[in-house]
Amino acid sequence: MRMSVTFGTVVVILLVLLTACAGRAASSLHDGMTPTGVPQGMVEGQSRTIILATTTSVQDSGLLDALLPRFQEETGYVVKVIAVGTGQALELGRRGEADVLLVHAPEAEEQFMAEGYGQLRFLVATNDFVIVGPVDDPADVREASSAVDALRRIAATGATWVSRDDRSGTDLLEKRLWQEAGIDPRDQSWYITSGQGMGMTLVLADQKRAYTLSDRATFLAFRSSISLVILAAGDPALINPYHVITVNPTRFARVNARGAEAFARFLVSQVAQQVIASFGVDRYGESLFRPALVPTVTPQP
Amino acid sequence: MELFWQGFTGAIRLILSADPAFVEIVERTLFVSGLATGLAVLTGVPLGVGLAIGRFPGRRVLGVLVNTGLGLPPVVVGLVVTLLLWRSGPLGALALLYTPIAMVIVQWIVAFPVAAGITRSAIELLDPELLDALRVFGAGPVRCGWELVRATLPQVGFATAAAFGRAIAEVGASLMVGGNILGQTRILTTAIVLETSRGDFALALALGIVLLILALLVNVGIRAISPVPR
Repeated sequence: MRMSVTFGTVVVILLVLLTACAGRAASSLHDGMTPTGVPQGMVEGQSRTIILATTTSVQDSGLLDALLPRFQEETGYVVKVIAVGTGQALELGRRGEADVLLVHAPEAEEQFMAEGYGQLRFLVATNDFVIVGPVDDPADVREASSAVDALRRIAATGATWVSRDDRSGTDLLEKRLWQEAGIDPRDQSWYITSGQGMGMTLVLADQKRAYTLSDRATFLAFRSSISLVILAAGDPALINPYHVITVNPTRFARVNARGAEAFARFLVSQVAQQVIASFGVDRYGESLFRPALVPTVTPQP
Repeated sequence: MELFWQGFTGAIRLILSADPAFVEIVERTLFVSGLATGLAVLTGVPLGVGLAIGRFPGRRVLGVLVNTGLGLPPVVVGLVVTLLLWRSGPLGALALLYTPIAMVIVQWIVAFPVAAGITRSAIELLDPELLDALRVFGAGPVRCGWELVRATLPQVGFATAAAFGRAIAEVGASLMVGGNILGQTRILTTAIVLETSRGDFALALALGIVLLILALLVNVGIRAISPVPR
């Protein structure tokens, strides 16, 4: 009897502690949602939140961490970042589950716009893809004249290739390159699929001493923990453009159109473009993304 | 091996530094998993009692469902709850997706079958004469259940610890319904996934060690307050 009384008391104390803890956690959550120095009343209620569906590379590289605080300070909007890969990001946009997208698969994006799911689309930044592989380079990819030629050499040698096969922007480009090379790599014993993000795919390729296609930013982030090296780069086919797309509010009533547009216009603003231009220099000695504002601006649809 | 050392020292440094961003993630982890465990115990224990001594139609089917729930894959729970909470989904108007509450819901769903299953098997192992005696004295079903839970308190304590373990170790569903948003829905397990995909293996490992320490402390705590088994 005494035992259970003690137990009951402790449970009550625990519950009280939990509630106190809940209050604290809730308040710190609230702090996170209200960046300091935000002019209150600029935006109100639900419309204060924007859901951004994005490719993983801009989150994994840390670019968003550099951009978002400025945007939140400037406008008072809170951005919920869902880093999922380009294919899923576009799919979330098609269903109106996201307000704005940051993606890198030009052909799929153009289809998205043509189907009327998007409203605004701006070029935000570019970087490039690289073909990486083991230092001893059994397929002589170093001698390749183009990205397509590199793939042909890998297929001819039967050297192991790791594909992400996750419908990300990188994966879509890889599939297109194989098509251009006139090779159907599926079902080949040297062609393995990881189904994972870029970083984990690089680690897998490194362990298997295989070749793979990577965006330069992720490769630089992983360079110190793997022994793969860049073997082919510079082909215009390997340019990697990132676009921001706002989801068409006429199709989905609940989309936060104002917030989405504010975010899209922020990304191509002078301030954001300067952040992008210098991002990564301190850590990798070179910038990971090239800003878009200076060279070209995609014509508005 | 060097990485393991870095992870270990990194964990100690994290704890000693009390970096606000890190403390916030730990607090949120405890809040989400603690609340989910509380709900799992409040729902799972009565369910376990009902399955052990209740006489109602569909009891056997429910029992099989609870046993299946012990192996419920979190990603499936995450996917289904995500689709339900979508803006266009049936519960979209609640705007719960990508909030800590959504994470509490999925962790509760994966944890309560654990609490129910363990409570049920503990009560089934009791001397059936205890139940008969209670009934002879005219105790109603609620009174019976309460007395049986009191008789199996050490096991109910264990059920609580196991439910907490299932909740705090869960990552697939929390990642999906929470979105792993910095400052809003990032907890220890989702942070580990992120740091791994970023290639910061030492930090990922350090966070993993912190998670282990937390689980250890909570289990020691539950053990300390549970009555000693007779």
